[in-house]
This record gives sequence, C-alpha cells and structure tokens, in this order.
Amino acid sequence: MKPVQERAEIFSVQTVGEYQQFTLIAPGIAREAKPGQFVAVGVGGENSAMPLRRAFALYSATPGGDFAGTIQFVVAEHGAGTRWLMQCGAGDFIDVVGPLGNAFPIPSGPSPAVLVGGGYGTAPLIPLAQALLANGSPVEIIIGAATAGRLFGELVAKRLVGSVTVTTDDGSGGMQGLVTDALPAAIERVGAEVVYACGPMPMLRRVGDVAREHAIRAQVAVEEAMACGIGVCMTCVLPVRGDDGRSRFVRSCVDGPVFDADRVRWADVGTLPSDLVGADAMGGAH
Amino acid sequence: MTADLTAMLGPLTLPNPVLTASGCAAAGRELQQFFDVAELGAVVTKSIMAKPRSGRPTPRMAETPSGMLNSIGLQGPGIESFIKNDLAWLAERGARTVVSIAGTHTDEYVELARRLAGHPAVAMLEVNISCPNVESRGQVFACDAIASSRVIGAVRRAADPNQPVFAKLSPDVTDITLIARACADAGVDGFSLINTLLGLVIDTDTMRPALGGVTGGLSGPAIRPVAVRCVWQVRNALPHLPILGMGGIRTGLDALEFILAGAAAVSVGTAVFGDPSAPVRILAELAQALDERGFASLADAVGYAHLSDAERLDRRVVNV
Repeated sequence: MKPVQERAEIFSVQTVGEYQQFTLIAPGIAREAKPGQFVAVGVGGENSAMPLRRAFALYSATPGGDFAGTIQFVVAEHGAGTRWLMQCGAGDFIDVVGPLGNAFPIPSGPSPAVLVGGGYGTAPLIPLAQALLANGSPVEIIIGAATAGRLFGELVAKRLVGSVTVTTDDGSGGMQGLVTDALPAAIERVGAEVVYACGPMPMLRRVGDVAREHAIRAQVAVEEAMACGIGVCMTCVLPVRGDDGRSRFVRSCVDGPVFDADRVRWADVGTLPSDLVGADAMGGAH
Repeated sequence: MTADLTAMLGPLTLPNPVLTASGCAAAGRELQQFFDVAELGAVVTKSIMAKPRSGRPTPRMAETPSGMLNSIGLQGPGIESFIKNDLAWLAERGARTVVSIAGTHTDEYVELARRLAGHPAVAMLEVNISCPNVESRGQVFACDAIASSRVIGAVRRAADPNQPVFAKLSPDVTDITLIARACADAGVDGFSLINTLLGLVIDTDTMRPALGGVTGGLSGPAIRPVAVRCVWQVRNALPHLPILGMGGIRTGLDALEFILAGAAAVSVGTAVFGDPSAPVRILAELAQALDERGFASLADAVGYAHLSDAERLDRRVVNV
C-alpha cells in the first residue's frame, strides 16, 4: 500500500525506561501497516529549523477501534529532534508519513523463529512475534541493551511467548553479555529456520554471522540515518548484493529497512567498495 | 479573482510555476504516492550522467540549522536506463520533464544532450555545471566563466533546438553575473539559480568531518537569502533571460520572494524531504499570495521588486 501523510494527534506518551512510547491517532497509517515498517515524523513544529524527518519503527498498528486507528512507536533521545518530540504530549499534533519501507517477510506456514532486539529495536519485533504466533510458528525472543534502562518490551514479550532471554552489556538486567551470546542456544532450542532482528548495525552483523553458522537466514531491520524516508534523497544507502550477484548502494528506506543479512556487505558500510555497480564512474569526482 | 499562473521560461510555457528541484525528487515516482506529479509545472529530475554511478560512501547527509549538507555524489543509473525507465514513466504520466544533466567533461554533456534530443517528454535541459571538470584538474565548471561557456555552448549546439537549455549556476563565485554573462554569450536560454553552497560539518564526537565525502552541498531555508540575492543580481544583469529560482523554498511566500526578485518559476527542493507534498502546497499558497496582492497573473509579479513606484502601477490590479 502507498504511504500517507497525516497530521496525527498524540493520544498518549508513556515513559518506558529511558524511552518514550508514543500512541498516535493515525487511521490512514494504521490501516495496512505491517511489522517492520516505519514512520517518518516531522520535528520542531511549523517553523522548525530541523528540515528532516526522524524515522521510527512501528511498535503497533491497530486499525479501527474507538479511535479509528492508532499507531505506536518508541523514541530514544538522540539529539535536538528527538528531544523536541519527547517534549510533546497528549493532545499535540505531529506530522507523520507512513507506513514506509518493506515489512519483515512472514512464512506462509509455521516456521520456528528467533527474534533478537537491541535496545528499542525490540519494538517492531513485538507485532512480528504476534504475526508469527498467529500462523503457528514457535517463537523465541532475545532482547538486549547496554543497560537495564535501555531494554524495551520485556514484559509484553513475556506475555506473548512465555519466557524471554534478556542480556545487558553491564549485567544490570538479565545476563551479562550480548544478545548474540544467547542466540545459538535459542536457535537450537526452538529449531529455528529463521532469525529476525532489529537494533544497531554491529548487532545485526553478528546476528547474520550466527544465523549463517547455523545455515539459516536472518532478516534484519536496519536503523540508517535518513533525510526523507520515502526514497528520494539517496542518503540512507547501504552496499547490498542483488539477485544478480552484483552489489549496489540501495536505499534502506524503500529497499529496506528489512534486508536478508547475508546480502548486506556489513564490512563495507561507510566505504565505497570498488566492485560496486557504478564505482568505476566515481574516479573523476572529488 | 484568480491569478493566471502560466509560467514562461523563455520559449517554454508551463501551466504553473512550481517545479521540483534536481536531486530532491528522484524521477518523480516516489512523490506520485503523495500527489500527481503531472500537476506540477514540471518535474526536474536528479542529475543524470552518461554511465551508472554508485555515488559516495555514507554518511551522506548532516542536518544543519534550517538546512542540510549532502554529499550523495550523483548516484544514478546512467542515461540509458534513465531514458528507458524514468523518462518513459514520466512520459506515461503526462508529466512535463526538465532533465538535469551532469558530466565530468564537455563531451559527456554533449553526449547526454544528444541522447535526449527529440524525446517528447523532455521539456527542457537543465545543465548542472557544479561538477568537477576532469580536464581542468577537477575545478568546478560553474566556478570558471570560460569552462561554463564552453559546456553551455556545446550543449546548446548539440541539443534539440526545441529543448531550451538552462544553466544551473553555483553561488560559490565572486560575481555570479560574470558566469551568467559567459553562459548568455554561449547561447543559454535561461538560468537555474542556485545550486547548493559548499559546506563542511565536523562531528564533535568522532572529531572528523561528518560526511563520507568530507565537504557537501548546503541546501534548505538557510541558503534562501543567498539564492534570492543571486536571482536579483542576474535579473538585473540579464533581464531578457528567464530564471528558474530555487534555494530553501518552503512556503508560497518564499516562492513569491523569488518571483518578485525576477524568477519566472521556482523549484522546491529540500522542503520535499520534510514534507513530500510541499510542491503542491506551495503552489496553492503562491496562488493565494498573488491573489491577495492583486496580481492578475504570475507574469505581472515576475521581477516586481525591481520596479519603481510608477512602473508598479501598470502591473497590479487596482482596488486590491
């Protein structure tokens, strides 16, 4: 479905650890949004000095209901834009575009899966878990963060799947270590055929490595800086291998944010690999 | 009363004066999700080069006060794929198209102009000369009057005579009217003013340049007064040549500033990133602003800020 731009009323803002969970009345976006898709939010109000949108993965999308359709997303403070957003409250209106990007691919039949969330990257995995459970797939969830305050979704995840593995870098919550430390055992426990993940790039790369070691696929949602979120600005690109075996800079907003981890050339992010399509034409440019 | 919004860019007549800006609308397809691009004066496509280009490594963007710095590096599919896919799609939609072309040497611009000749969807060529010239140790064409005039002259000769050739000038010069005159002497049909300003952002966490390409082009409302000044100066220097104005336009009143300074039409660029429906909103706001000021037509407002009190009397409907 095509994205829409809505002036959405904030229904509620809840503090969750170091994050804020926003609930918006946005029926146009809620109508057909799928797990893994995101919204792009204008920040700073009408005369904002911040011209670029901020992207947030959808935590939920509920069409219909008492409020004609609501969406939820989770905000972490990164800078002036998110600071402005975190000062908004119920009753305020914000400009939202969505749903954007490609959703997590969901197998047509039951297929055991492990879901791995880093920080507020757990948010889009919750509706994904619901969808997987609905088609009969056994699901394991691992969530992790630097500290306990940056964990998200532990309770709701527990409610969904019974038990959740929690890790923190400093041991302030769950077991001390990385989500990927707990991943191999989880894959084996559930007999996973696929791993889904959302979180920081280094985590996604390691999730991809572990999945490959187990000869299964990893579908990961990246968090790349974007200016527009709709595919026109070309700033959010990643080097990704295509079906033809050749690599290109592709837009994480419209070609992602969900990628097969094996297709992303993680080691080359932030560089210009010489075998990229069109890299040869860059010689003359400064 | 509703002002006649017909925009005249030299030989080219457009139903209204709001266009997209090169590099800020790709080739229109993504924006079609938000409004019909055929409703615009024209779609100005992202600068296309002869061959596919990867563009530069990330990070490619840094937000700045009321603006952004970008270093995309003209990522694109190359002219062949562009004609087959993007231009064909625009033609199918009935969208008037201004094709922005870029090159690293004069022959590349000429090749691009030839490939686009006779294509029914191409209303105009916008020549992006803010590219490093490999034949002149990487000096940007637009920063050198001779190099600018050489490219523009060659493109004008090679291009379809029915396709106006506009030169997109850089504000990063001592006197933009000198470059404009050189282009005029080379036969240019008009100007696109302005391209981005060269800038640099340093990330204070990494303590390195924020962009992979080190420097980048500054755009957005932060550069608007610079752009309006350039339009004003070129209009004064060469009043017979039409100007497509751009640089930080976010509202209809911003667009009106450019029109009053002498632009015959405007391009909306960075605003699209923050508001995908900005071009159609700005068109509606501009129409209203013209009505409120008693202009019977857009043409009457073009260059109005340059007029004396006596000259103004002829241009505006009385009893506003």
